[in-house]
Parts: sequence; structure tokens; C-alpha cells
Amino acid sequence: MSPQPSAALPEEALRTAAVTALSTVRDPELDEPITDLGFVRKVTITGSAVTVRLRLPTSFCAPNFAYLMASDAMDALKSIPGIGETTVELDENVDSERINAGVAAGGGFANAFPDESDEELDALRRIFQAKAHLAAIERVAALMLRDYGMDVDEVNKLVLADLPEHPAVLALLNRRSDLGLPTGPLGSVFINEDGSRWQDRDVPLSLQLRFAKATRISIDGNAHFCRGLLRTRYPESEADQTTRKQDLVFTKTGKRSA
Amino acid sequence: MSGKRYRMYSKDGEDYFIVDAHVHMWDASDENQLNVHGAEFIECFYDYHRNLSPAEYVWEFKKYQKYSEETFMTDIFENGYADHAIFNPAALPAFYKEGFSRPLAADMAKRMPDKLTYNHHFDPRFGEDGIRRLREAAAEHDLKGVKVYTAEWKGDSRGYKMSDKITYEYLDVCQELGIKNIHVHKGPTIKPLDRDAFDVADIDHCATDYQGLNFIVEHVGLPRLEDFCWIATQESNVYGGLAVAIPFIHTRPRYWAQIIGELMYWLGEDKILFSSDYALWQPKWLIEKFVDFQIPEDLQGEYGTISVDQKKKILGLNAAALYPHIEVPEALQLKTPVGVS
Repeated sequence: MSPQPSAALPEEALRTAAVTALSTVRDPELDEPITDLGFVRKVTITGSAVTVRLRLPTSFCAPNFAYLMASDAMDALKSIPGIGETTVELDENVDSERINAGVAAGGGFANAFPDESDEELDALRRIFQAKAHLAAIERVAALMLRDYGMDVDEVNKLVLADLPEHPAVLALLNRRSDLGLPTGPLGSVFINEDGSRWQDRDVPLSLQLRFAKATRISIDGNAHFCRGLLRTRYPESEADQTTRKQDLVFTKTGKRSA
Repeated sequence: MSGKRYRMYSKDGEDYFIVDAHVHMWDASDENQLNVHGAEFIECFYDYHRNLSPAEYVWEFKKYQKYSEETFMTDIFENGYADHAIFNPAALPAFYKEGFSRPLAADMAKRMPDKLTYNHHFDPRFGEDGIRRLREAAAEHDLKGVKVYTAEWKGDSRGYKMSDKITYEYLDVCQELGIKNIHVHKGPTIKPLDRDAFDVADIDHCATDYQGLNFIVEHVGLPRLEDFCWIATQESNVYGGLAVAIPFIHTRPRYWAQIIGELMYWLGEDKILFSSDYALWQPKWLIEKFVDFQIPEDLQGEYGTISVDQKKKILGLNAAALYPHIEVPEALQLKTPVGVS
């Protein structure tokens, strides 16, 4: 072992790299980075070693979601060039021990929870990526309806190239990437998570959009509830939480309004 | 308490008949905790309570763990305006020695049948033995409803589904015995089973297969509001209980406006039931704020407004329609009864 690991990455640079890596980890249910939510409790740097402690809003937060975030955090950290020993620990969950041991061993969810399967966890992630995608469609559709005076049928005819430069559109493209959906200019806006079009379903477009809206409200509401519970449980977390990006009010051109 | 037969809530010349459709008499005291999860569970409940209640309604933790019958009666009926309240107990034998909900609730309902209805609970994983106990409880308490908690722990199992064969055996018994109202906990708290304990898809199955029963989805399926709404529109016997949702009226009124707006759109005004989930939240402020509530102007384009009659249904008349033994005085009825709108 090299006696001067700090020569490779000074402590502050490593900390910045670690936080940047953690900001790519999302809570799949709330569709937000764990850093914005205040779920990262502490990042400790010792030489080239990084230890991250996570906290969640209740001790009963579902172990499958908790495992998913903890192992995603581990993967993100390990991708940092030159990083040494990496530890991710979830604090004060009913299954902390199993989750932490499982993430450390790196053997997958099924190894930590023998009654469960990795496929189930993948399926769970996909369900919530699909919900996040649906909510992102609704935000874009709402923008086109509200600011561009379109109706649902007109939005249905839009392709991605027709959309304005806007944070809601960027967010939609990211959700499409997550699901492996096309992000090229000719892709339709109203599509399902399997790539099929809304218009091919036997449900009126307006009702599908209405369902997308309920999905968006549900996700946003959960996010606020969980953020609030985290602050109640860990008052110091308030300082770490940032405004939910989906809540920011943007003008038609995508500029943040005062 | 006043000498009036009916407590009601009166505001701006309107009288509201109040049914609190989900209340608890629990014991989460240190002495009753079976293990660390008993402590974690009540701490989690306490965080819900602290997080969403107005500051003046927040209790000390000790009181929150276990409160007296007198406290309950004062909060629900004297301060809380209720004409009737329904116990929806949770057993949680994996966490509490004598169970989370106290047997006292059934005793109170026996002593004060005009004020309180006791719903029992079942867990289909108890098999034949559980069915026998359900029959005994039905005979003893003249049950009109039950509470089921599908994410409850039992041994290695962390839950079951309403569509499971074992559950259907219990629902058969409910149908046979006239236990018509099945309150299903679908919402936050308690570590969920395998994939997604909040998934409400199982309700779709049991509601279709048991047309003679009513399924009241507690906490309106939060955090899966959209899935619940979607299912509830297809099934005429699915209802939504507002526990956990309605407290947002204080901390996040705009979010609450969207929730109730969505529920009115998808379920309609006859399918929504007020409940405080006491002692999670005090009914007094929930009722006062809901009666004063209106959809914010900028959201009225999509949701419209909520009328006095609609509030009357949600606050009591809808629950009374599901529990016909709850008598609503003629003067507090609507000209157009529940179910005819």
C-alpha cells in the first residue's frame, strides 16, 4: 500500500467527489437525489477511505427501498477513481444490521434478505421509474396546456423536438433514459414505460393524463411528507435539505421566476 | 357534556353530523412493549403526530403511549364534536404483549353503544383458529366491520394480500355474518412485505369478488393515491378513509386541496370518510379546519369548489350510510341522501 494516499486525492477533493457521487443516487419512490432529501447524514474521509452514514424518515422505512439506496450509494462511491475503502451505513432502521452487512458484502439484495429476490428489487425500481416518468410527462403536458394554450390532442401530436427548452423537459428526457426509452427528436411525448403510445390504449387521453396528474400529486406529496418526517426525527437534517426541484416555479422559457 | 342528544358541529348556521370513522384506544407503554419494535412503532407514530399537528395539540410522549378513557371521551366527543366514533383496532401481537389496541375499546362500545362502534380485526394467517375467534368476536360484539392490516408481521411473514386464498376464507365468514365493512390499512407505517406493501391492486380483486362487502381503504392508499383512485373508480364498493391524509390541511393546505380534489374527481363525494386516527391527531382541529376549508382559487379551475353538503357527507353522513345503526336525526340529513347524488 502506498503510504501517501492523500497525494492522490486531497481530503476536500475526495469529499466533493463523494458528495457529487451521492447526488446521483435517487430515492426511487420520491424521485429525488438522496442528497437533496437530507438522507446523507455524514461523510467521513480518512486518508483515501470514505464512510457515509445515511438516515431515513422513520425506522420502518421499507428495507427494500433502503437497501436500494444504500447499495446505489456504494456503487456510486466506488466509481470515484482513487477511492480507498468504502463504507455505507444506514442508521436506525429496523433492518439496519442486515442492510449494512449486505451492502458491505456486496452480494445483492437476495443475499441480505434470503426470502426476497434481486429480480423483485429490480422490478420495484422499474415500477417507480415508470411512475416518475409518468409524473414527468404530466409536468410537461401541464406546461404545454398552461403556457402554450394547447389541448390534450395537440400535445399528443408533439414530438420531443417540438418541446421548449425547459427544466421539466430535461427532467422528462432523464426519466426516459432511466427506462431505456428513446430520447431522440422524433419520439412522442405520451408514451408508456414499455415505449407503446398512450393513444393505442383503450382509455381516453384526457383520462390517462388525469391519472398521470394523480401520480404526480402522489409522488410530490410523499416527498413532502417524508422530508417533514425526517426533520421531525432529525432536526439537524433541515439544514441539509434543498428545495424540491419539481416544486420550483419556472417561466415559460425555463427561467426561474422571482 | 351538554344535555343535547346530538353533539354536532355548527358553523355559519350549518349543522354537521360527525362520525369519526377511525379511532384508537391504544397501549404502547414501555410495560406493554414486547420488543424494540414496539418502541420503534410508537416513536414512528409520535413523529407523525408531532410533524402534522398544530403545536398546541402536541402531547407529551408518555401520554401518547397510553391515555385514559376520560381523555379519549373528552377529545372525541366533548372537544372533538363527534356524534359517533368507530374503533378500528390494530392487534400487532408481534410488537406488544397484550396487543396494541386495548380491549377497553370493546368494553367502552358496549357501555356506550349510541356513541361508539367497535370493529374487530382479523389476520388470515391464523387459519381455522382465527376464523373461530372471528365468529366469537362477531357474536360478542355484534360486529358490523373489521380492520385488517395486511403488512402486519407474523413470524417470518411480513404480510399478506387481500386477494390471498386464506383472506377469502375470512371474507366468506364476514359475508355470512353480516360484517359488511372491511377497513383495510393501506398507507404509511410498519415495515412492508416483500415487494410493495402499499400496492392496492389486491383491493381490486376482493372488491370485485365480494360485491356484498364494502372495502374502506384507510389512508386513501397513500403513498399510492393514484393507484387507489384508479381502482376505486372501477369498483362501486370501494371507499376511502381520510386518516393520515386530512392532517395535511394544516401543514400543507395546497397539497391537501389536491388530495381531496383528486378524491372528489375519482371517487366522488359519497365515498370519502372523515377519520382522525385518534390519538394520532385530535379531531377538533381537523373538523374545524375542514369545515372552513375551500379549494384555493387558482386550483378551482381544475377542481371546482367543495360545497357544504359535500362536507356534511364526508364528515359523517357517508359513514352513517355504511353503518346504518348510527342514527342521523332528520334535521341533520341532506335533502338528497347519500348515494343518490
